[in-house]
Amino acid sequence: MPTATTPTSPPNLPAGNDGAVGVAIEDLSKRFGTFEVLKNVSFTVQPGEIFVLMGPSGSGKSVLLKHIVGLEMPTSGRVTIDGLDAAAEKTRERVRMALVFQAGALFNSMSVYDNLALYPREHRMASEAGIRDKVMRALQILSLETAAQKFPSELSGGMKKRVAIARALVVEPQLMLYDEPTSELDPVMSATISEIIATLREQYHVTTIVVSHDRDLALNIADRVGILMGGKLVSLGPRSALREPADPRVADFLNPKINLKNPRFKQLES
Amino acid sequence: MNQFTRILEGIGSTVLLFGRSVAYLPTLPRQFGRFIEQCYLIGYTTLPIVAILSFFIGSVLALQAGYSMENFGGKQFIGSLVGLSMARELGPMMAAILLAGRVGSAIAAELASMKVYQEVDALVTMNIPPPRMLVMPRLAAVVFMMPVLAIIANLVGWFGGAIICSVTDSIAIDPASYFSTMRMFLKFKDVVNGLIKAEIFGLTVVLVCCNIGLNTRGGPREIGAAVTRAVVVSLILILVLDYFVTKLLTLM
Repeated sequence: MPTATTPTSPPNLPAGNDGAVGVAIEDLSKRFGTFEVLKNVSFTVQPGEIFVLMGPSGSGKSVLLKHIVGLEMPTSGRVTIDGLDAAAEKTRERVRMALVFQAGALFNSMSVYDNLALYPREHRMASEAGIRDKVMRALQILSLETAAQKFPSELSGGMKKRVAIARALVVEPQLMLYDEPTSELDPVMSATISEIIATLREQYHVTTIVVSHDRDLALNIADRVGILMGGKLVSLGPRSALREPADPRVADFLNPKINLKNPRFKQLES
Repeated sequence: MNQFTRILEGIGSTVLLFGRSVAYLPTLPRQFGRFIEQCYLIGYTTLPIVAILSFFIGSVLALQAGYSMENFGGKQFIGSLVGLSMARELGPMMAAILLAGRVGSAIAAELASMKVYQEVDALVTMNIPPPRMLVMPRLAAVVFMMPVLAIIANLVGWFGGAIICSVTDSIAIDPASYFSTMRMFLKFKDVVNGLIKAEIFGLTVVLVCCNIGLNTRGGPREIGAAVTRAVVVSLILILVLDYFVTKLLTLM
């Protein structure tokens, strides 16, 4: 049977991979010195799901993300990916995962093309011609063909984010993580990024975890949403639950009222 | 006490980084491009300044020796003095100090900014260990280039001394007799001793600068602080190691 029968798939996309992995976070706590950033956080992410983790700045979202990719070690509890301990170096060899950093974390000394080609070159995924195909395809998906020879310093904020996503895509990940993918972008670019995230999941069935405080993103593309406040998971449910949150703190976080008569910073003072 | 644990931590992480990087040595053929690039940065770009400085060190040595040996008529031994001092001590030391200033600072700045701007984290998540890509090629390159730098420092220093001896009226020793006394006292072993020192210094400088760069946390201010610390620690280590290595080599 020919493989190109799915009419929804654009011809230039590579075949999807079905090796999506699940992530389980069990009683995770993290302490920096005396400061407790995460307090007994537990949840699971199903294979192929888009899980959006929201919360105010400083609530520990990014730290949690770093635990999943193994950049931070838990103080107690554990994170497993497909049953493998995320803190172990072996896990990164077995599970292909990619993290899109908030600031992009592009290699400033390399062109966009070399940024994307680094992973396949280092892991000898293909010949130089094969790598060229892969990279150009990823750039095409994110409409970045013209930027291939540019350097990260020459790119705008939105382009940097898209290059970072393209670089993650070249990894052909089973688990894709995004750290604030829409922060610092204009509303249209934010919507574009949300569309890209959702499309990539459709095409590749890749498990996706997004850390963000973008309501529109969560309301439109999330399968489930978790809300982290002060290091604790205070809400977990499908995105429809966000429309009428039960918890007043969550309601205030999602729909903050701008009150000029009694501003928040003055409430804090008194 | 806090300072003491920080020093121990630094030593520990440096040794660990060395072990990890050496373990990736088999990947050197695949990273040949990076190795050549580092050889260029470490060797070629440091060469002019090493040559200029060694020339004047050799010249000053000859001048000072001429001045102080005149009192007891030992001027004809200037050649051997310059030869031995350059080969055993000043050639390797000058090359290492310039390496710390010119290359070590650049390495620390580059790796520190990669760390601060999360490029190192990105490498880790891509399952590309930073010691493999960032440290090992530099270590291999310094092992390869350091003897070259030290030999050139020696040669230029010797010739600097010879030129000064022949053009300075108060010394007036022609190059032929300068070099014949040098050959009389300077043994091959002395040169080899110097090259061993150069290798040890070079490896230490690059390793320390890589380690300090990779352990930077914070923002732009910390990048600057990392560079300063890398150079200062390198210079201290060069001088401290110099004593112990010299002691060890004279025993052998």
